[in-house]
Amino acid sequence: MSDITKQSLSELVENIKNKKLSSSEATKAFVERSEKSKELNAYITEDYTNALNKAKKFDEKPNLDLKLPGIPMAVKDLFCTKDIRTTAGSKILNNFVPTYESTVTQNIWNEGAILMGKLNCDEFAMGSSNETSFFGNVQNPIDKNLVPGGSSGGSSSAVAAQLTPITIGTDTGGSIRQPASFTGTVGLKPTYGSCSRYGIVAFASSLDQAGPMAQNVKDCALLQEVISSYDEKDSTSIDFKRNEYSKELTKDIKGKKIGIPREYRVDGMPKEIEDLWKKGIDYVKDCGAEIIDISLPHTKYALPTYYIVAPAEASSNLARYDGVKYGFRAEGENLIDMYEKTRSEGFGTEVQRRIMIGTYVLSSGYYDAYYLKAQKVRKLIKNDFDEAYKKVDAILTPSTPSSAFKIGEKANDPVSMYLNDIFTVPVNLAGLPGISIPAGHDSKGYPLGLQIIGKAFDEQSILNIAYAMEEKINFKNNITDWWIK
Amino acid sequence: MSIDLKTIKHISKLSRISVDEKKAEKLAGDLNSIFNFIEKLNELKTENVEPLTSVAETTLKLRADEVKSKNLREQVIKNSPKENEDYFVVPKVIE
Repeated sequence: MSDITKQSLSELVENIKNKKLSSSEATKAFVERSEKSKELNAYITEDYTNALNKAKKFDEKPNLDLKLPGIPMAVKDLFCTKDIRTTAGSKILNNFVPTYESTVTQNIWNEGAILMGKLNCDEFAMGSSNETSFFGNVQNPIDKNLVPGGSSGGSSSAVAAQLTPITIGTDTGGSIRQPASFTGTVGLKPTYGSCSRYGIVAFASSLDQAGPMAQNVKDCALLQEVISSYDEKDSTSIDFKRNEYSKELTKDIKGKKIGIPREYRVDGMPKEIEDLWKKGIDYVKDCGAEIIDISLPHTKYALPTYYIVAPAEASSNLARYDGVKYGFRAEGENLIDMYEKTRSEGFGTEVQRRIMIGTYVLSSGYYDAYYLKAQKVRKLIKNDFDEAYKKVDAILTPSTPSSAFKIGEKANDPVSMYLNDIFTVPVNLAGLPGISIPAGHDSKGYPLGLQIIGKAFDEQSILNIAYAMEEKINFKNNITDWWIK
Repeated sequence: MSIDLKTIKHISKLSRISVDEKKAEKLAGDLNSIFNFIEKLNELKTENVEPLTSVAETTLKLRADEVKSKNLREQVIKNSPKENEDYFVVPKVIE
């Protein structure tokens, strides 16, 4: 079978189920393409030999009732994988080999998928361009020296370049949706509590959520169905009725009410993004949905709130990296010296910056002024959404304020880097589901995404709206294989 | 407001991250520009707003207090940076 790697997940599953394709053939094809694609630097750890062996084993006794039968895939290196090194993109976890498996990846293997390797990401998922990774920049397959977005940059690059048919990322402030938007792929951040956080390297626990990334909406729906589960090992996991998202997927969105928030028309937004948004509104109208203007008045406070809450939680979560129990250790003259040198040498610049911000806003005398204030504003932001959802079923916005930028372009200006997440961060603060779908190209030919935000636990509606829009948009990614050796 | 070098040194001590002079100056610059951006929140009056600590509007589930994993010593020790069969090893603390 030719062009195996060009097939979508749904096609691969169908071909394996019809015995037109074996898991070994599929795995070999994706492994070979991954090996020819080292220039993208999408992988941190490769596990190709094991993958091929597992595929062979699957073929000997194939269970074709599974949802991901013998499907090879690589995952973001923020998910703990038993006996496979898990680095979170950091020097401090360079030699860390988990003795247990994350719930989300376990759910995937239980449905028959096979691990090919671990994908690059910003260090501890802190970044919007994959430039903070200890393991180097990732190339966006769209163009040379273009960032793939972040923090799930290895994941977005690998899916867009067809090194893996699907993948999973994590999203704390936009880390699935922004890289999906930058690479012309589909990325879903589920409702907080939908996917277990057990075994995911923690960044900001009240915001972190795992989610699927894929080439199309249907594949994304299928993977979401696999990874979402109630898990008693995560105390914030929520026990709600989960749909079979891919089976219930429909393009019929007639009568759905879609909100357009006026506050998302931000100053300095390129006309291309504004035009894309208008086009998106026309598409959903064409599908029979109703457009309603709404207001989310506290939108402009979302980023400042996020840059208090997320670093505060990070400073607390990252206190565990002390050079004692696991990970990198720098030798010191005494215990305190050892801690300080380990953390100074083990963490990169952005991670240190965020730990320092977080420590400051939680420190004595500043807690009320910053952290408590931010939690109160977070409440106002959530109230905005609650109010809006009395009138609408979902909200349509751009995914990002620009297309992908060049490597190095924003690396020295943290605030301008943070502004990338202006449309995605409010969704995390309110704990809602959001999906980014590719919706067009800018004048440089780089992809642009639109975001659909849903009510809590209503992934099905935003997947349906995305599915209906996808057909109208008929997006084609311009991938030229320039990096293939 | 402005974060000076003395404050940076204080935060660095609290964070257990050592910083030299050069790094401290760079951090002061970065943190000041970030806090300028954060200060926007002061425009809002929030006296009567309840802080939001969790978006999940459920109460935590109770469970029986049972031991579910046993004999994990080897696994727990496995990734420690200093090899020792039974303990984590740290620099000498007591003379």
